[in-house]
Amino acid sequence: MSAPKTLYDKIWDAHVAHEAEDGTCLLYIDRHLVHEVTSAQAFEGLRIAGRKVRAPHKTIAVPDHNVPTTLDRADPATMTEESRIQVNALDTNAKEFGVHYYPVSDVRQGIVHIVGPEQGWTLPGMTVVCGDSHTATHGAFGALAHGIGTSEVEHVLATQTLIQKKSKNMKVEITGKLKPGVTAKDITLAVIGETGTAGGTGYVIEYCGEAIRDLSMEGRMTVCNMAIEGGARAGLIAPDETTFAYCKGRPNAPKGADWDAALENWKTLYTDEGAEFDLVVTLKGEDIQPVVTWGTSPEDVLPITATVPSADDFEGGKVAAAQRSLDYMGLTPGQKLTDIAIDTVFIGSCTNGRIEDLRAAAEILKGKKIKDGLRAMVVPGSGLVRAQAEEEGLADIFKDAGFEWRMAGCSMCLAMNPDQLAEHERCASTSNRNFEGRQGYKGRTHLVSPAMAAAAAITGKLTDVRTLT
Amino acid sequence: MEKYEKLTGIAAPMPLVNIDTDMIIPKVFLKSIARTGFGKNLFDEMRFNRDGTEIPDFVLNKPQYRDASILIAGDNFGCGSSREHAPWAIADFGIKCIISTSFADIFFNNSFKNGILPIVMPQEVVDVLMQDAEKGANARMTVDLESQIVTTSDGEEFSFEVDAFKKHCLLNGLDDIGLTYQKIDAIDAFEAEQAAKAPWL
Ligand code: SF4
Repeated sequence: MSAPKTLYDKIWDAHVAHEAEDGTCLLYIDRHLVHEVTSAQAFEGLRIAGRKVRAPHKTIAVPDHNVPTTLDRADPATMTEESRIQVNALDTNAKEFGVHYYPVSDVRQGIVHIVGPEQGWTLPGMTVVCGDSHTATHGAFGALAHGIGTSEVEHVLATQTLIQKKSKNMKVEITGKLKPGVTAKDITLAVIGETGTAGGTGYVIEYCGEAIRDLSMEGRMTVCNMAIEGGARAGLIAPDETTFAYCKGRPNAPKGADWDAALENWKTLYTDEGAEFDLVVTLKGEDIQPVVTWGTSPEDVLPITATVPSADDFEGGKVAAAQRSLDYMGLTPGQKLTDIAIDTVFIGSCTNGRIEDLRAAAEILKGKKIKDGLRAMVVPGSGLVRAQAEEEGLADIFKDAGFEWRMAGCSMCLAMNPDQLAEHERCASTSNRNFEGRQGYKGRTHLVSPAMAAAAAITGKLTDVRTLT
Repeated sequence: MEKYEKLTGIAAPMPLVNIDTDMIIPKVFLKSIARTGFGKNLFDEMRFNRDGTEIPDFVLNKPQYRDASILIAGDNFGCGSSREHAPWAIADFGIKCIISTSFADIFFNNSFKNGILPIVMPQEVVDVLMQDAEKGANARMTVDLESQIVTTSDGEEFSFEVDAFKKHCLLNGLDDIGLTYQKIDAIDAFEAEQAAKAPWL
């Protein structure tokens, strides 16, 4: 019998097209997702070298980062000149090279990491890449999914492979059950709080344990999405009945006999008993609380019940970084997190822009109004999420509460389109990065779950969602 | 790509930990569809005020570091997004080597593809190099990729590890795609086998 393997080992072994003596491999790529910001230079490289896209039928393009999310976005005047050039370049490239394409006018358009799974492009056991670090999202299906740079985008377009060396195996186990008010977002932030933003460097993480098993596919995507914030190359969750049920019937999922064959294969995708991990981190599900970030790194996580730390609470290089964060965020050590007043609430992104996230936020907002003077917006992750939310009546709950109800895109997650924070504006955001300037020049970001974002919208302060229900 | 030559130059100290890609090149500059010209916006929000004037305290604005070709940085350099604009901006500015205790994975890979050598050193060594860099423009550091040795301005030597394949590509200025095309038979064979075994892919 062969040695026991981890899930990562299995997917890796099944995709090595060539291995050199020093262990450098050509990893075959099953799905290549492409968006407008990191692909133009890659397509241009192909054109200059007279090369083709090797597997256009495995390549899927969708504009998301730059696109406006206002209702009038069909009007080209809603985009800046530069954004328009980038979106138009994707349009031209997608057509010229013959890849699958969801233009802005298509109801299926949305954030690439939401569109891929929704359309059944992402399936268990695959290798998935995209010129975007949050490609880690697709790991929720038990697919090995990494973000890559533009040179690598060009390499995959040309050869359908990636030059890679194998990472190490890390296991993150969340045991037991979550307490009420605690969500997938809190799990993934709590893990980063534990390991730090460099803790996963050099590893592929497999998330497991009862609390992970209990999550829906949406929740699992939220967890894997932020594996990159923990520094890991990818995050994985072994596929199970929840995964199969999600995939079944999706437009690009296998059908008939192919489905049966695929399913049989997918059921072998788990870590064998006795397989070795290089590092194991265990958190108790019941210990995880609703969390928020206070600083400018995703590792700056605290339970909502805590107070703002002081730079002296840290060691080494983190002391200066913490002081810089406190200054940037305009916070005073010792201040209660629940006393921090906010100006803006953003619900959306590939971390929390799926239907379940909107349901969780709407649940809190039902029959309530947002705090006077607050700006609040919901940006669904895709046109289909938006349509479903309208059908379920969620859109009306948001609108009645005072939220703007937007079209799909990345929006204020990285503020490349007009949705930005003004200087010193403070935002409770369901996105994934609280870096300096991420949501707008000198804007201040607190990362939270959708339910916590909704709670903050009602009170106008960072709020423990458990005190509202 | 150009061949990577032995480098002697000014090293700029940036002890901050977790320098992320949004700091290296803020997203407002990602809208170009070219690969060049990003150097003038490297570290934009740390380097310039909103009105375009320089922030004098920022290390690369200090007269002695304006021509730095080496960066000595705090832990976890390059974390954040996959944007290759980050190494494009760094290379365009003229920096060819970054030394830190650790790098974010995607940034690390992207660097090699753009003629930048990221070197991982233990904390004690980074501390020594940081001190050396703080001496300013007269303290020239040398990075020799061939022999894998960094030499401080005082002549103190530290050897470093580098992946043999990445070193080979950098030294010879090799293009990854060209190299992979040499193995196209293996890719063809893999694809054919996979199509037979897993037709749903
Ligand atoms: S939603 Fe945010 S994190 Fe996700 S792909 Fe868009 S910009 Fe990146």
